[in-house]
Amino acid sequence: MGLAKRIIPCLDVDAGRVVKGINFINIRDAGDPVEIAQRYDEQGADELAFLDITASSDARDTLIHVVEEVASQVFIPLTVGGGIRQMTDIRRLLNAGADKVSINTAAVFNPDFVNQASEHFGSQCIVVAIDAKQTQIDPPRWEVFTHGGRKRTGLDALEWAHNMVKRGAGELLLTSMDRDGTRNGFDLTLTRTLSEAVNVPVIASGGVGNLQHLVDGILLGKADAVLAASIFHFGEYTIQQAKAAMAAQGIEVRL
Amino acid sequence: MKTVTIIDYGMSNLRSVSKALERVADADWQVQISAQPETILKADKIVFPGQGAIGNCMSLLSQTGLDEVLKTVLATKPFLGICLGLQSLLTFSQESGGTAGLNWISGHVNRFPEPLFDPTTRQRLKVPQMGWSQVQQTIPHFLWTKIPDHSRFYFVHSYYVTPEHASILAGTTQYGNITYASAIAKDNVFAVQFHPEKSQQLGLSLLSHFLQWSI
Repeated sequence: MGLAKRIIPCLDVDAGRVVKGINFINIRDAGDPVEIAQRYDEQGADELAFLDITASSDARDTLIHVVEEVASQVFIPLTVGGGIRQMTDIRRLLNAGADKVSINTAAVFNPDFVNQASEHFGSQCIVVAIDAKQTQIDPPRWEVFTHGGRKRTGLDALEWAHNMVKRGAGELLLTSMDRDGTRNGFDLTLTRTLSEAVNVPVIASGGVGNLQHLVDGILLGKADAVLAASIFHFGEYTIQQAKAAMAAQGIEVRL
Repeated sequence: MKTVTIIDYGMSNLRSVSKALERVADADWQVQISAQPETILKADKIVFPGQGAIGNCMSLLSQTGLDEVLKTVLATKPFLGICLGLQSLLTFSQESGGTAGLNWISGHVNRFPEPLFDPTTRQRLKVPQMGWSQVQQTIPHFLWTKIPDHSRFYFVHSYYVTPEHASILAGTTQYGNITYASAIAKDNVFAVQFHPEKSQQLGLSLLSHFLQWSI
């Protein structure tokens, strides 16, 4: 028996509430983050991810309180992302009880930030989030987008992944912007291409609509962990059900 | 009032460890984080967590004089090392271009070889090992109380310890074809490669038993 594949429920947080957007536009309220985090912890989630989807600095303070409260009640790893631009942002989140931070836009504008952050805080707590969209079919090419999928950067996602790992990213959180919110499953070609190319763990994200999608992300997408939001928030499936489905198809999970 | 002190050498994320200890500590315990030698030397129990690169860790420890403080408390107090807090106890690490450790345990710290494959699925394994792996308990120990053998704990690491003497092994973990020491026990010291503070109920149980442990 070796390392278990991880299931990571993601909580998109806006002004202290968990929400989930469909293609990042229609936002639905899904509840209190602390309650939801506790529920996932009880169900056996392997980690939790918080994504702050508001941009204002007031909302950021709200998020710090949410992280503090969750971290004093839930003892599994917490990754927090959204709007992290400076070393002090990382310091504040880690002090609030986050274990890892995920950096997205700031890495694109200033790749050296990833070097600085990983040198100072250690690679183990620096996750680089890559939002990728397919821009060419044959041969397939994916580009990195920022601002919730609205801004194209021109960066090739695969090259970018290598660059980020070289600069000290300890893990990559890969979201397909074509699939996010669609419930049609992960972009498995993107996931596999990227996961096989780098030596750090890759978390697949974007598009989960049923449990088979999670299984496919591991078996076909070769992801090290799978992230999902809406299938868990609205009580459609529990984490136990997800793990049972994975275990039934031969995936090693923590039961 | 008894005190458990978490050693702060200026790098690690200590909040997770202190929050977890606060959760399991009963009213007789005070949980504190300190970088002050005199405070650390007065504590009843010591937790030494660590994250990041060992080169930085060792140079910060020697700049602050905490390396000498650690040697004193290792000899005298119930001590729990976590992650780098285990690795730094050994003689030498390959990390950071080669780094001398505290040499409290003879042995080396090596990087997982790459590529590394799962012996069963033949799939390539990533480095760092990040996630939940099983710990096989190689000896009975008070800190294993209520923890079933082969339980999973949360790991994040690229380097693993190889102590010279098997007599100090308390638990082992397998990653690829490598079986390494994921817990060691010697007298008043218990040290683990995994993160009990992030390992849900079983991790909290280990921390709680560390507080109850009498030597």
